[in-house]
Amino acid sequence: MSEAIAMTEHQPTHEVKGRMGMWWFLASEIMTFGGFIAIYVLYRMASGGAWSSMAEHVSTLMGTINTVVLLTSSLTIVKAYEAIDKQDRKSAQRFLLITLILAFAFLGVKAIEYATEISNGYTPLTGIFWSFYFVMTGLHGLHVVGGIVAIGALYIMAIRGTLWNGTQKRVEYIGLYWHFVDIVWIFLFPLLYLSY
Amino acid sequence: MSEHGNGHAEPTSFLRKYVFSIDHKVIGKQYLFLSLFMALFGGLMAYYMRWQLAWPETAIPGAGWIPEPMAFGGIIPPEFYNALITLHGTIMVFFVGMPLLLGALGNYLVPLMIGADDMAFPRLNMMSFWTITTASLVLMASFFVEGGAASAGWTGYAPLSADPIHTGVGWGLNLWIMALALEFTSFLMGGINFLTTVVTMRVPGMTMFRLPLMVWMQITAAVLFMLSVGPLIAGAILLLLDRTVGTGFFIPERGGDPLLWQHLFWFFGHPEVYVVLLPGLGAIMEILPVFTRRPIFGYKTIVYSTIVAGALSFLVWAHHMFVSGIDPQIVMPFSITTILISVPFAVIIFAFMASLWGGSIRFTTPMLFAIGTIVTFIIGGVTGIFNGSAPVDIFIHDTYFVVAHFHFTLFPDVFLGGFAALYFWFPKMFGKMMNETLGKVHFWWTTITFNMVFIPMFLIGAGGHMRRIYNPLQYDFLKPMQDINIFITWSAVALLVGQLVFIFNFFWSMYRGKKAEDNPWEATTLEWAAAPTPPPHGNFETVPTVYHGPYEYSCPGQETDWQPQHVEKGSVAA
Repeated sequence: MSEAIAMTEHQPTHEVKGRMGMWWFLASEIMTFGGFIAIYVLYRMASGGAWSSMAEHVSTLMGTINTVVLLTSSLTIVKAYEAIDKQDRKSAQRFLLITLILAFAFLGVKAIEYATEISNGYTPLTGIFWSFYFVMTGLHGLHVVGGIVAIGALYIMAIRGTLWNGTQKRVEYIGLYWHFVDIVWIFLFPLLYLSY
Repeated sequence: MSEHGNGHAEPTSFLRKYVFSIDHKVIGKQYLFLSLFMALFGGLMAYYMRWQLAWPETAIPGAGWIPEPMAFGGIIPPEFYNALITLHGTIMVFFVGMPLLLGALGNYLVPLMIGADDMAFPRLNMMSFWTITTASLVLMASFFVEGGAASAGWTGYAPLSADPIHTGVGWGLNLWIMALALEFTSFLMGGINFLTTVVTMRVPGMTMFRLPLMVWMQITAAVLFMLSVGPLIAGAILLLLDRTVGTGFFIPERGGDPLLWQHLFWFFGHPEVYVVLLPGLGAIMEILPVFTRRPIFGYKTIVYSTIVAGALSFLVWAHHMFVSGIDPQIVMPFSITTILISVPFAVIIFAFMASLWGGSIRFTTPMLFAIGTIVTFIIGGVTGIFNGSAPVDIFIHDTYFVVAHFHFTLFPDVFLGGFAALYFWFPKMFGKMMNETLGKVHFWWTTITFNMVFIPMFLIGAGGHMRRIYNPLQYDFLKPMQDINIFITWSAVALLVGQLVFIFNFFWSMYRGKKAEDNPWEATTLEWAAAPTPPPHGNFETVPTVYHGPYEYSCPGQETDWQPQHVEKGSVAA
C-alpha cells in the first residue's frame, strides 16, 4: 500500500481532486439514503399485513414511467460527456438539454402523482407507509432539483462557450451525481411501488 | 506564495484575509476561537448544574443575569436544568470537541504536515467554518424562543423529543435539530476536504506510512464520521417531521417505534466518540516522540489498531441500550464487541507507554499534558469495560458512574489533549512561545481538580446516584451522599476558575510572549522543520521532498538528534 499509492508527481490536477471530492460526497449520501432504506425495511418487516393495504394505492404505472425517464436521462448525460471528450460541442449542448428536459419530466410526473394521491386522501399523515413514501420520494425529488440546477448551470455554460478548456470535467462530476440520483431511484422504485 | 497546488493569490483586504478567508491556517484559527468561545458556555452550564446539585433550588451566584422564565433571581427551575444538561452535552461534543480537534487542529496541521500549500477545496473549507458558526448561532438562539431550549438530553431520545407535549419545548428542540444538521453538514464538507487533500496533495516522498500519525487519525476520523452520520441525518429529518408535520415515525400511538431513534443515534454516537477521540490521541502521538527524543513505538501497529477500532466502532452501538428494552439475545454479542474494542485501544496506550520507556524525556508543558492525557484516559478506558459488560451495566446504567466514565474519556481527550496540542503548536500558529511556568501551573491545577471532580462521581454512581436528576435531596437514599456532591461542586468551581490561567497565558503570550523560532521544539515533521514560523500564505518557500518517516530521533551517526523529514540522512540538517 505504501509505495504503490505514493504520488509520482506532485501537481494534483483539479480533475483528480474534483472526482475524489465527488466520490466522498456520494459516500456520505449513500449512508443517508441507506439509513432511510434500512429504517423503511425494518418497519416493513415489523408491520405485517397492514402495510399492503396502504401500499397498494400507489401508481405503479407512473413509477414505471418515471424509472424509464430517469434511466434515459442517465444515458443522455453520459452521451454529453462522451461528446465533450470528442470536442463535439454541438451534441454536448444537445444532450445536456435533453437531460434537463427528462429531469423536468420526472418532476412533472411526480407532481401529478402527488396531486392524485393527496386528492384521494393519501397524505403524509395517512399512515406510516405514506409518511415514508412522501419523505423518501420528497428527498429524492430534492436531489433531482439539485441535479437540475447543476445540469442547468452546465447547459448555460455550454451555450455561452465557457464549458471548455479545463472546466468541461464538471460534466463528469455532475454525471456521477446524476447516476447516484438514478441509483437511489432504482432502490426506491421496488421498495415503494412493488412492495405490497 | 509557492508555485504548486491550488495557486490562489494572497488576499489583501481585511475581510478576505481574516473573516472570509480561504487560507487553511486562518480557518483553523477561526475554528479554534469558536471552540474556545463555546467551551466557555459549556463550562458555565456545568457550573450552574453543579451548584443546583450541591445546594438545590438556591440562588446561584452569577446566575442573576439569566432572564425569566429560564431562571428566577438566580434560582433555576427543573425545565431550565433539563435544557442545561442537554445543551452542555451538545455544546461540548459537537461545538467544542469537534471544532477544536478536527476543525482547528485538522485544518491547521493536515496541509502543513503533508507539505501542501492549502486544502484541496479552500472555498469549501471556508463554507464549512461558516456553516458551523451558523449552527452555533442557531443553537444559542434556541434559548430565547418560546418554550425554551431543547431539554430531551443530548441524545434526544424519542418519544420525549418527538412530541412537544412531553417537554413543553417547541421551537427550541426544532432549532436544536437544525443546529445539529448544520453541524453535520459542516463536518461532512470538512471530511471530504481532509480526505481529498491527504490522498491527492502529499509532496513527493510522503508515502502513506511516512505520514505523521496525526494525519492518520484525522483521516480515520473523517471516514468514521462520513460513514456513521448518514443514518442519523435520516433519523433527524424524520424526528423533525414528527414534531412539525405530525408524522409518527417515533411515536408509538401513531404506529412508530421510539427505540429506532436510539438505534440511529448510537449507530452514529459510538463512532462519533472515536471521531472526537482519535485526533486528540493524534496530538499525543506527535508530542511524545518530540519530547522523548525517540521514535514512537509501533507506528504501523498504531495505524492498524486505529483502523480496527474504527471498524469495530460500527458494531458496538447497542451497548448504550442494554436497559432500553432490546432483545436480550443481542445484548451478549454487543457486550462482546464492546469489550473487544478495548483491545486496539489498549494496544495504542501500550505503544504510548513503550514510547516513553528509555526516552530522554523533556518535561515541557505540552509533554506534561500529553502524559496527563494518557494517565487519565486509562481510567476512562478501564471503566468503559464495566459499562460494556451487560450485567454490570444494568446496575450502573444512567447513574453518575456513567457520567464519570465518559468525562474520564472525553475530558482528557478534548481538554487535556487539546491543551497539549495548543501549548505544542501555539508557537507555530502565533509565532510566540507560551509561558512555561503558567503552563505548568495550569497543568497541575487542571489535572488535580479534574480528578477531584470525577473520581467521587464513580463513588456516588456506584451508590445509585442517578444522572440527569434536578434535586438529589428528593431521594432519601441519596441524602447521605450530599456531602460528596458538595465536594464535587467545589472542585468543579476550582477546575473552571483554574482555566483563567490558560486564558491569560494564551492572550498574554500572543502579544507579549517570547518570539518563537521556526523549530523551537527541535521536531522532525514538516510543519516544524520545513515551514517558517508562522507559515506564510502558501506555507512553504519551496516544495519539500520527503526522504523518511516522521519520527527520526536520535539516529546514530547524525550531527543532531533529530532528522527532519525533508532532509536526507547524511546531509547537514537545515
